[in-house]
Amino acid sequence: MVYFGDVKPIKGKIHIKKDQCKGCAFCVEYCPKDVLEMSEEFNVKGYHPPFVKDEDACLYCQLCETICPEFAIFVTIKEEEEEGEKGESRP
Amino acid sequence: MKKEDRLESKNPMEGFLRMDRIPHIWCPGCGIGTVVTSFTEALKKSKLDLDKVAVVSGIGCTGRVAGYVKLDSFHTTHGRAVPFATGLKLANPDLKVVVFSGDGDIFGIGGNHFIHAARRNMDILIICVNNFNYAMTGGQVAATTPMEANASTAPYGNFEFAFSLPYLAEAAGATYVARWTSLHLRRVTKSIQEALAKPGFSLIEVITPCVTLYARRNRLGDGLNLLKYYYDKSVIEHGADTRTLDISYQGKLVVGKFVDKEKPTFLDRMNEHMTKILGDKYVKYGE
Repeated sequence: MVYFGDVKPIKGKIHIKKDQCKGCAFCVEYCPKDVLEMSEEFNVKGYHPPFVKDEDACLYCQLCETICPEFAIFVTIKEEEEEGEKGESRP
Repeated sequence: MKKEDRLESKNPMEGFLRMDRIPHIWCPGCGIGTVVTSFTEALKKSKLDLDKVAVVSGIGCTGRVAGYVKLDSFHTTHGRAVPFATGLKLANPDLKVVVFSGDGDIFGIGGNHFIHAARRNMDILIICVNNFNYAMTGGQVAATTPMEANASTAPYGNFEFAFSLPYLAEAAGATYVARWTSLHLRRVTKSIQEALAKPGFSLIEVITPCVTLYARRNRLGDGLNLLKYYYDKSVIEHGADTRTLDISYQGKLVVGKFVDKEKPTFLDRMNEHMTKILGDKYVKYGE
């Protein structure tokens, strides 16, 4: 993708505290990029926590963090790999 | 918030919550946790000194908030959150007092306290989480249960008229009144931010799904269904006439900021009046 100047979208890294989740699926439903999905596994309380399906699509909007009623999910900014920036050639 | 603060992998809510008490007792699908997150977001954005913010709660599901937030907080008796907050504000006028409680607590049991705090225009912010019943005690009919909704004390449907909270608050003299559903995340945050910055009595009503009782008894599905339903049924009408804001069972919900006006607060009025009567002998309080 070509971006204007040095502007790049911020990428997010999602952290899920699985054992704190109660499986309400609010984050899965309302993620605008469909990054999350409900898993089949059980956590210690017997709920199905979500898992990160497609982390590259995450744009750090923090909606999952705000909507989570259990405070069990949060997003941090993903650091871009250095090689990627250096090896990039601009037309 | 700066980018650098977000880089470490630590839950950003940890600074605001007593993490030893988490996980909380709210049901899966309950919206109260979302409102708490919106509240902490608003605190972060408004850059208030957290030592100067106090949270007061009454009894009920939402009443547990006082125990979970890492601020000066107090969990009062049923319905007495507003008078406690009034006392707190008057004893220490530097504090920003937030009452975080449910509809049954503030408007059912403590309705009269609410009216009189609004009449005096006490400088407190009330965040009322409205889930349409007394959820913690088993889903009894509350003052806000819409007509024809089912509740455990109304098995054939509720036939009483319900309170319209914004109308009541405006009539009693509140200076800031807003209503949102818990899915209006950023709008709730912004509303709380505005109300924190505003002196005077403020009410923010947040409509949240009650999964275990209200939704189950009325067969409305799970938390997600109800959350989505409230959001889809809501119409944003800023400055709408508060007389038109009744909530009917499964009907349209008018949300928005209805009242935002300037009025001298209780302490302003007291200082002004006593200075007028006593002159230089009077030492102004709280300034």
